[in-house]
Amino acid sequence: MAEAVLDSAVHAADDDHGHSTGTGISNNKLAMWVFLGSECLLFGGLISTYLLYRHNIQDGPGPSEEFFDIPFTSASSFVLLMSSLTMVLAHYAAERGDNRKLKIWLLTTALLGSVFVAGQIYEFTVFVEEGLGWSTSPFSSAFYALTGFHGVHVTIGIIMLLSTFISAVRGRMHPGNAETVEIVGLYWHFVDIVWVFIFTVIYLAA
Amino acid sequence: MSNETTAVETGETIGGRKTHDEHGHITEFGYVRIFIILAIITAVEVVWSYYNIEAIFIPVLFLMMIVKFWLVAAEFMHLKYDVKVFAGFFVTGLVLAGGVYLIFLSASQIWQSF
Repeated sequence: MAEAVLDSAVHAADDDHGHSTGTGISNNKLAMWVFLGSECLLFGGLISTYLLYRHNIQDGPGPSEEFFDIPFTSASSFVLLMSSLTMVLAHYAAERGDNRKLKIWLLTTALLGSVFVAGQIYEFTVFVEEGLGWSTSPFSSAFYALTGFHGVHVTIGIIMLLSTFISAVRGRMHPGNAETVEIVGLYWHFVDIVWVFIFTVIYLAA
Repeated sequence: MSNETTAVETGETIGGRKTHDEHGHITEFGYVRIFIILAIITAVEVVWSYYNIEAIFIPVLFLMMIVKFWLVAAEFMHLKYDVKVFAGFFVTGLVLAGGVYLIFLSASQIWQSF
């Protein structure tokens, strides 16, 4: 009985994720990890650029405790951290075939991500009003490039979450393809990890 | 409860993947506990940023950042429990990113100031 159940689950997984591999490692998951490895390089380059140009402020405002709104950004960081929790709970629910919880957690994660992006847009608006434009100084260009790229990544993550949510609503999610939720989760947690770094390096160490 | 759910809950590997049961039996409460630790560290980081103790300010800040980084990668991304090759790709990316930073520093002739 258990073998039959396992077989059906394996076939379901194979149907959704291509074929079993010789290494026993899922191709999709491996591809996501390779992608995340390459993303480290992208953000490594952007963070390096920021660190090199952060003191080159010319006539514009520079990175300081007075300029950055630390309590506001801390709240944003907290929201993003919380979204990582709801994401992992969505994966947990997906593996157990709990479609109701899966939908709740996926939607909550997308909403928390949206709150973060909204906060970032608000923060950018305030900075522009205070005289920090995109081309004000090498510091401002590096700052907007780094935090803007991160914001774009969060937005792409929200789109991935919503498309997974729609699949769940249509009843296409089952324990056999819980890996789909895990892969979306890997991307989401990576975006969170990058923010952990950005928050410390740009805001707290300012 | 569906048949597939039963198979997953036994903790057996499906399609070469690990289930949560194989991830060290982390429960929903376990994830909440990790989140609480992350939230506390973030709060300490923010409070710490207002106390600029010059000699140890940056090292302590970066230590807390690394702990948070590790907790998310190891527990939420399951790197601690998953196949080592995934961690290999991730660490390679991080090391290369560090290399990029060193190259940037060299290109900007930062070393001359030391």
